[in-house]
Amino acid sequence: MARLIVMGGGVSGHTAATFAKKWLGSNHEVVVVTPNANWNWIPSNIWVGVGQMKKEDVIFPLAPVYKKAGIDYRQAKAVSIHPEGKEGSDKQFITIEYTGQGKEGQTEELEYDYLINATGPKLNFDATPGLGNGEGQLGPNTVSVCTADHAVHANSELRKVFEKAKTEKQKIVVGTGHGMCTCQGAAFEYIFNIEHEARKAGVRDNLDIRWISNESFLGDFGIGGLHIKRGGYAASSKLFAESLYVERGINWTIGAHVSKVEEGKLAYEQLDGTEGEMEFDFAMLIPPFAGVGLKAYDKAGEDITGDLFNPAGFLKVDANYAAGAYENWKASDWPRTYQNPSYSNMFACGIAFAPPHLISKPMSSPNGTPINPTPPRTGMPSGIIGKAVAHSVCDLITKGEGAKLHEASMAEMGAACVASAGKGFTDGTAAALTVYPVVPDFEKYPGIGRDLDYTFGEIGLAGHWIKHILHHLFLYKAKLKPGWTLIPE
Amino acid sequence: MASVDHSIEKHIEAYKPSFETMVPTPFVKFFRTCLIWQFIRFVAINIKMILVVRKSH
Repeated sequence: MARLIVMGGGVSGHTAATFAKKWLGSNHEVVVVTPNANWNWIPSNIWVGVGQMKKEDVIFPLAPVYKKAGIDYRQAKAVSIHPEGKEGSDKQFITIEYTGQGKEGQTEELEYDYLINATGPKLNFDATPGLGNGEGQLGPNTVSVCTADHAVHANSELRKVFEKAKTEKQKIVVGTGHGMCTCQGAAFEYIFNIEHEARKAGVRDNLDIRWISNESFLGDFGIGGLHIKRGGYAASSKLFAESLYVERGINWTIGAHVSKVEEGKLAYEQLDGTEGEMEFDFAMLIPPFAGVGLKAYDKAGEDITGDLFNPAGFLKVDANYAAGAYENWKASDWPRTYQNPSYSNMFACGIAFAPPHLISKPMSSPNGTPINPTPPRTGMPSGIIGKAVAHSVCDLITKGEGAKLHEASMAEMGAACVASAGKGFTDGTAAALTVYPVVPDFEKYPGIGRDLDYTFGEIGLAGHWIKHILHHLFLYKAKLKPGWTLIPE
Repeated sequence: MASVDHSIEKHIEAYKPSFETMVPTPFVKFFRTCLIWQFIRFVAINIKMILVVRKSH
């Protein structure tokens, strides 16, 4: 009997673990190590953040689902990887520290035959002074929608601002809280949902709503933007994004690194060297992501974290990390199997894998401050990668070490994305987008890097219906209800 | 005299970034929430998304 340990129970880890268990059956063991008691459908957190959904609508407890699936669930955080075992034993293991199940604080060694790192991101609030509380958590000056609890808090603060806006002007800022953030999409959805709710509440005229982000142009979204066929033209996402901001009366500041946050005020530096300050009564700023801080040790107990992980803490896989300057980047730099080059029984998926480089062009201010979106590895790609990695591990277990690994390169896969711009069965809207491939391939698709036949986008009520249906569909799938495997990632 | 619809240019200011992009006309905005048209688009978008999903797996 082989044992597969999946570290992380988010979209990618949950997908990997549940498919692995389905394919391996009871002949082999699947263990999930995640510090969370609940699974969270993160894309709907923005609706919790504007009071259109409750926390309970976007989460469910993991324990009963894993019990039903026959998965060994450990509510614990992974602390270290020992891919060569330790003195006196060649058996690979990880160390974990429990966060629940009545064993809080206890540590344990878990041996493995195969390991999937799907630990997701550490929300690195402290990377920006004042954004965090100095202890790695969200600080008191802004709100966040990165977790369901954050979103509940965000809505409670937003309602206070709406109440004040009945009698006086209020300033709202939404965007990215650092020059190296990803996940602009979540902030994009949140700002338009706030605007939508403000109109419904009759307070829109008293709100100054402003966007701030590290994108060099609106519509970059960390994937270098995209082109969409519309009206006989292939038009840049910049046009469509700017159009929406103008239509909704939202001003924007882009190419910005938020360098400091204080109560009611933030400071920023822009790509052209401009420095400025922005006052606010309410701010939702996405933090930059980092690896969760896993350590790695060799058989002798020497620290090999730097060999296994990149400086940001993401696990190295079969990517080309020596691509160098932007001009040298190729689609083939992106990993295909997500297998660690040093240890063939170790894989990564979702945000946990180290990308070879950015997708957007690297940029910095005259002071040398890097200001560019980092590559997104969330949503549909993270699910597809999780499933491919699980497939590879299952084949290695059942067919032997010579089994061919499954591939899921982000330069050869598309993504469907639905970005809400306001919730409502008859008055809601969302931008429905597809992009193929996620990572532009300028050799195959010169100029725009994408296949225009499969890259598409439009805003409307239909997009909102789709986002709402996907909310229920993916929660249904994650709960492993009948037919869950038929729902694609 | 017919009233003039200023909703298109409401948020546009000359020589500001808002002046440099396109903005939807009332006709376009109407169809964004027109139930019949959006039902048709719902079917069309789903087909397009299914094609991308199939191509990506």
